[in-house]
Amino acid sequence: MKKKILIVDDDMDYLFQMKVRVEQMGFETITAESQAEAEKVIQEIKPDLCILDLMMESDDSGFILSYKIKRKYPDVPVIIATAVTAETGMTFDVHADESTQWITADLFLDKGIRFDQLQREIKKLLKL
Amino acid sequence: MATFKILIIDDEPGIREGTKRILQNFKVDYPFMDEQIDFQVLEAGTGKGGIEIIDREMPEILLLDNKLPDIQGVEVLEYVKSKHYDIIVVMITSYASLELAVKATRDGAYDFIPKPFTPQEIRASVENITKQIFLKRMTQTLNKTGKQIRFQFLSVLSHELKAPLNAIDGYLKMIKDRQFGSNIDAYDEILDRSLERVKGMRTLILDLLDLTKIETGKATQKLEKVSIRKIVQMAVDTIRPYSIQKDVDIYVNTREAIEMRADAGEIEIIMNNLISNAVKYNKNGGRVDIFLEKAENMVKISVSDTGIGLKKEDLEKIFDDFVRIKSSATREVTGSGLGLSIVKKIVDMYKGTVDVQSEPNKGTTFAITLIEPAL
Repeated sequence: MKKKILIVDDDMDYLFQMKVRVEQMGFETITAESQAEAEKVIQEIKPDLCILDLMMESDDSGFILSYKIKRKYPDVPVIIATAVTAETGMTFDVHADESTQWITADLFLDKGIRFDQLQREIKKLLKL
Repeated sequence: MATFKILIIDDEPGIREGTKRILQNFKVDYPFMDEQIDFQVLEAGTGKGGIEIIDREMPEILLLDNKLPDIQGVEVLEYVKSKHYDIIVVMITSYASLELAVKATRDGAYDFIPKPFTPQEIRASVENITKQIFLKRMTQTLNKTGKQIRFQFLSVLSHELKAPLNAIDGYLKMIKDRQFGSNIDAYDEILDRSLERVKGMRTLILDLLDLTKIETGKATQKLEKVSIRKIVQMAVDTIRPYSIQKDVDIYVNTREAIEMRADAGEIEIIMNNLISNAVKYNKNGGRVDIFLEKAENMVKISVSDTGIGLKKEDLEKIFDDFVRIKSSATREVTGSGLGLSIVKKIVDMYKGTVDVQSEPNKGTTFAITLIEPAL
């Protein structure tokens, strides 16, 4: 069975390109264009791995989503795309909500990463 | 050729040596940078040793491991921050714990490199930073010469310019790789998306020009008696092809000329933005109503649409730079996120006000007042 990868990004072009490339690596993909949409998806489906954009509806959507995914499926690896900090100098700010202090993403990636590198990282996280 | 100093603080000699090798022949240039930048790598195995080198050598960039034999990496970061040193700090971490990432970022860490890293990762990070420092220095120079450009704005701008470039770049690579075999339709589709992103970039550049015009301020303002009605009509005519395509009717409900002393170009920018928004975010078959009114030394303009409307929580954000409200209804609408911020800036120049009334799925009304500048 093909592994299912959930890709969430609000740039429809980046999302599409990611989907095509990830499918080409031999995975099945599910896509969502917002944090809200992704939250609905994970109610129905358990992905094998998630790739999340950081800034969507809010500046820290990716973190919040990562937290919610990890709470529901602790064993699902999460990759967060973090080009944002490097380019804008904006700082992450996870709100004072104590429960969010425990989020961990498995990997922070630069959005400009080459696809062969991405494939390596995905395989590593999926232990393939 | 300029040389940046990079200090690596890590207790593992192998990592220090490797980094040195990776960066010693590395050079960074930018299309508009007239010189190349190379790097001198300094090293320290402990936090305290690192701080000594920082004080003495003032490196531009610091690559900082968090686990050090004496003090923690974040403490070195705090030291740099407390001294207000102008050093860009990159944390080298074992696959990042968010807690550390958030804390370090709050304290001014600029980037993270996961351990173990590849030469490519470290070069990419150093390249980004070098460009950032370059832009920052350029901005400082510009500020000294009296030009007001905010660095934050520049860096967000570079992000906004890069997003469409990345999208187009990605599509071109897909075409080059013949990603879709002989499926011509698929190529057509991604070419259309690429053209759409090009269009978005063009809009952004035009808006930037408007913004520049405003930021140069009153010096270039040409005040004369103008007819607001006439300017509105011009703006409506400009948008007409697009409104026909969307089947949106535009009604200018005021017949009088509505004259005031103003800069025609500035009023045109306001009207272009408000009317094109009213069309862009309308429903097919919707309408736009424009009302003008003169009262003593003040002109009131309102533009109403029957479009998708705005949520209450979004209303306060829309006048900020680069804000675009994202929803399924706006995903394919192209915009720079600068239009309303430009409108607000011009209205402020006329000591006027902007008021927004909106209801989701019903429509939005922008009402602005402009005070006629005294002679």
